[in-house]
Amino acid sequence: MTVLGAGTGGLTWDLGQDVRELLSQHFMVNAFRAGTIVAVLAGAIGWFMVLRRQTFAGHTLAVISFPGAAGAILAGVSASFGYFGAAIAGALVIAAVPRSTSGQARSQESAVIGTVQAFALACGALFVSLYGGFLNSLVGLLFGTFLGISDTQVTTLLVVATAALVVLGAIARPLFFATVDPDVARARGVPVRLVSTVFLVLLGGAAAEVSQVTGALLVFALLVMPAAAAQRLTARPGLGVGLTVVFGIVTVWSGLGMAYFSVYPVGFFVTTVGFAIYVLAWAWALVAARLARRPMLEAAVVR
Amino acid sequence: MTASAALVVDPVTGLAHMFSHPFIRSAFLGGTGIAVASGLVGYFVVLRSQVFSGDALSHVAVTGALGALAAGIDVAFGLYGACVVVAIGLALLGARGRADDTVIGSVFAWILGLGALFLTIYTTSSSGVDATSGISVLFGSIFGLSSGRAVADATVGLGIAVGVVAIARPLLFASVDDAVASARGVPVRALGFVFLVLVGVTAAAATQAVGALLLLGLLATPAGAAQRLTARPFVAFALSAAIAVGSTWVGLVVSYAAPTVPPSFGILAAAVGCYVVAWSATLGRARAHGAVRG
Repeated sequence: MTVLGAGTGGLTWDLGQDVRELLSQHFMVNAFRAGTIVAVLAGAIGWFMVLRRQTFAGHTLAVISFPGAAGAILAGVSASFGYFGAAIAGALVIAAVPRSTSGQARSQESAVIGTVQAFALACGALFVSLYGGFLNSLVGLLFGTFLGISDTQVTTLLVVATAALVVLGAIARPLFFATVDPDVARARGVPVRLVSTVFLVLLGGAAAEVSQVTGALLVFALLVMPAAAAQRLTARPGLGVGLTVVFGIVTVWSGLGMAYFSVYPVGFFVTTVGFAIYVLAWAWALVAARLARRPMLEAAVVR
Repeated sequence: MTASAALVVDPVTGLAHMFSHPFIRSAFLGGTGIAVASGLVGYFVVLRSQVFSGDALSHVAVTGALGALAAGIDVAFGLYGACVVVAIGLALLGARGRADDTVIGSVFAWILGLGALFLTIYTTSSSGVDATSGISVLFGSIFGLSSGRAVADATVGLGIAVGVVAIARPLLFASVDDAVASARGVPVRALGFVFLVLVGVTAAAATQAVGALLLLGLLATPAGAAQRLTARPFVAFALSAAIAVGSTWVGLVVSYAAPTVPPSFGILAAAVGCYVVAWSATLGRARAHGAVRG
């Protein structure tokens, strides 16, 4: 279950004492390590995801690793195969639909994503029904937990995150170009389709790896919320990615800290902190735009 | 003789036997009402590229149901309340009744977080309760509909269908070209608002039948298939409802014949089958027309 409630000492008025108690538990140290890696990875990928208006695709890729895992368990192979297989297959199907801003193509794109998600989840229901049992871990898969993360898992997570960030760094410039102005990018010889596909596969792979540790809800929350907040505040890419990562880390650390001293789940605290940051960023951008008497900052972000 | 064998050997008697079960009659009645509503609403959801709003509302339904369970009130109250309130919120947030997808994503990730909180409150406050009632909210239990519930669902579905048909013409105008529509005096914003509330009510009703996670399939898949098959709006509108109803019936029969197949899977597999057929049938035509038809 997602309940922490391990703060036996209870919350004291001495913040230093509280932090020391938090870090005296090895599972909390691992939770902080994993949370930090996840925040950095999800922040960097999420910034591009929000810029590219692919939040729906991101959510779909975050949830479809569950049927993959259920199917893999049913077939008797390692669940990791299922996680990655489903996420990458989903990414390729979504990438096969041409992206376009024109009405008809956009509505078909959203219909395809919705179909992929619903069908994958229906397959999950089928696999669960065929396998029998498995339902309790389903709640964990959806709502997530940061508990019981082993040292090995932290190491794996670090390796996967580093690899994903290296790939993202390699395609960052053409990806940004292709996002901001696909037509000009194509004319300049940027392989727009290829770059978009690689990005979706990267998004799916990262979501699959992270959701094994944290559950689908937290992956999605960390992909979208910090990036959405940062893009309310700045349109500059470098600063935006930096702010996103900082927001993500603040969200995870404070969420974990609060959950440790309470009986309520990590997912609730992490999403609440993330949403609060987003609302504050929104309010700040509104006030700043009003004060400066110029078009809202988001208008500077491309479409 | 097993149900599946009976259906194969003698379809007429098999079907008659199938409909002698009260739970099958309830499932067909409630399922048909919800399918008609989802198919009609789904046409505009896809046309307006608001599938993500539907996705968000289906997750809000989970939180609403879990909140009602935690508070100890009727689940239906939580479902409808949460969906309608969030639908109104999404309509208010977005310009012209359409919210930005990052706004939707941030809002519903947080609402799902609230769902996790309610689930914890529910499972810890009442002893002996496991998480399975939360699971049935996620995956639906159409064979568990009582006859009263089925009549209620069919009535709600019919009401939604009447509502969508009533606003179909101006909504189509507003969806295809909102600038011209508002210049012609069509209340674009109010229509977007009313429409999202209808989506919210549909989400709440459908969650009980096919489950929150699969509702999206009933909204997006039949409508996507219908729009691939024909460019004529009102034909596609009706076709979308027909595919949704047909998929529901096929799914229910398959699930009855093969009890290990959950009805939700049968329904969605039939709908996805229609979509794949529509896609492959129109692939050549779309290529010839340069991928995008007006």
